[in-house]
Amino acid sequence: MAVRTVNRLSRLSRRGSGTVVGGRVGMKIAPDLVSSLTSGRCVILVSGTNGKTTTTSMIVAGWGGSVTTNETGSNMPAGHVAALVESKNEHVVLEVDEGWLAGTLASTRPSVVVLLNLSRDQLDRANEVRHLAERWRKALEAHDDDKLVVVANANDPLVVYAADVRANTVWCDVPTSWLADALSCPQCTLAISHVGSAWHCTCGFAKPVKVTSVLGEELVIDGEALKLDLLMPGEFNRSNAAMALTALHCVDVNLEEAIRRVNAIPSVVGRFSVRRWNGHVLRLLLAKNPSGFAAMMATLPEDGSDVWVAINARVADGHDPSWLYDVPFEMLRGHRVYCFGERRLDLATRLDYARVEFTVVDNDSLVPTSKETISLLANYTAFSDWLARSEA
Amino acid sequence: MTTICILYPDLLGTYGDGGNGLAAVERARRRGLEAELVSVGLGDEVPDASLYLLGGGEDGPQRLATDLLRGSSFVSRVRDGANVLAVCAGLQILGMTFCVEGDDEFEGLGLVDVVTLRGERRSVGELASRVDGQLLVGFENHGGRTTLHGVDALGTVIKGRGNDGTLDGYRTKNIWATYAHGPVLAMNPWFCDEILAAVLGAELEPLTSVADQLYQERCRVLSA
Repeated sequence: MAVRTVNRLSRLSRRGSGTVVGGRVGMKIAPDLVSSLTSGRCVILVSGTNGKTTTTSMIVAGWGGSVTTNETGSNMPAGHVAALVESKNEHVVLEVDEGWLAGTLASTRPSVVVLLNLSRDQLDRANEVRHLAERWRKALEAHDDDKLVVVANANDPLVVYAADVRANTVWCDVPTSWLADALSCPQCTLAISHVGSAWHCTCGFAKPVKVTSVLGEELVIDGEALKLDLLMPGEFNRSNAAMALTALHCVDVNLEEAIRRVNAIPSVVGRFSVRRWNGHVLRLLLAKNPSGFAAMMATLPEDGSDVWVAINARVADGHDPSWLYDVPFEMLRGHRVYCFGERRLDLATRLDYARVEFTVVDNDSLVPTSKETISLLANYTAFSDWLARSEA
Repeated sequence: MTTICILYPDLLGTYGDGGNGLAAVERARRRGLEAELVSVGLGDEVPDASLYLLGGGEDGPQRLATDLLRGSSFVSRVRDGANVLAVCAGLQILGMTFCVEGDDEFEGLGLVDVVTLRGERRSVGELASRVDGQLLVGFENHGGRTTLHGVDALGTVIKGRGNDGTLDGYRTKNIWATYAHGPVLAMNPWFCDEILAAVLGAELEPLTSVADQLYQERCRVLSA
């Protein structure tokens, strides 16, 4: 009760969207609050570097009816408590920060945990991605609930390393383009060889053979062929949807009905939404790290249109923008890129070395207006800024 | 032809370290010099190069990269005077010993008399040091504490930790080493040009680019 009151007070006093403040107070009141709040409810957890928020929304939509979720992306215990207190539905889907998976597994005792992918992201906060895979593995090994089903990406060697300690892991063979963080084997550090969609290491560590879901032209889950026809763009969203639907299959949701609802999602928390600002029409794309950027840039039209990119380096973004050099910005050659955000000079320098045409925007009002819809790629806090300053 | 060679980017390239090769080759080309960027992958021979680049990596990959380099022509090439820029884990690899996975001591390549122990805490944040009267700016993220024995430091730390809170990196006749990882050459155009000039044995024409503005902005922020 106290938590809900604080959430309301926080919203009334306009000190934020309300969720995290209430949650922090809640964690102080009862450390095992998450356990008691999830007891008797059917919980699905979603974690990974990219696609957590989108996949969580897909599971919520696909499940249908009333579902409790942390839809604002507050994905640590404080946010979980706030969401769980706000609504008491039997069905719960929680997005979980990669670093909090172990504790959240233990406290929520979920029916299903979905592990999407692992790649470099905010290294100044999370440090090294292989350590993260090791921590996931230890947490899954230590988890004593045999009924837990792990739904895991069979094409990401770091995810496979974490999830293959469970006997009943449900593997998803979904396209995964970013493998730069798993070129050396997570088990023995030697080189992993990739042949087509298969991969293996000489130490025996390899892509799981028995996969439950396969995503190609069509999506096949446990032998059932489905037509995946998303409103949202991007190959990565097809992979997210395949894993979301596999998770729903594990809790016996009818897939025909679920896929209709997932197909119809127009955007998630502003991502992919079309907004207006100062006479410009903008399509907002969130890209927080190298793999996210590579995936988003692949969705851009190849018409030489202007592209806007906004980069910040606040706490939630990671203070170190070195990762800009891991982003294949060479993909933007042929476009003119307008550089926004607090670290626009870091971005411009990166683009300059990549031989991409750029303009550093120190004064927003000087950007030429275009009749076309402009793609705006922004990292975390820059995305929030643009969502707030633009209109639907 | 000037060849710039990135060593094992699959293992040592955690923090945008590829940016150093890109900046070096671009800054040479923009002055009309012929330059190429090559990278050595797992299983490849180490080729002849004017400048070798070593980046940062996680514990396991750092150990593997060290063993691969130990068995390659790299060690004798550097002993014979080949030029190297080593950042982060690369700085530790060239030394006598370093620590990985807890306090396990691991033998480095022994090319420079420096020893790296596990630091009391991880050094994560902006790093600025004074190098020959100029500021070198960047970002560090490592768990090492490095001691130099009869080797000159590259710079004196004014913000961040570097080797030990006082000194950053080291400098020998043919090696530059710093804990400022990733795109340190991209962010510090003067440092990139100084290395290029030494490697080419020639003075370089001035080159202006947006990197100068970035460098000035970072200097303002980090010396404030």
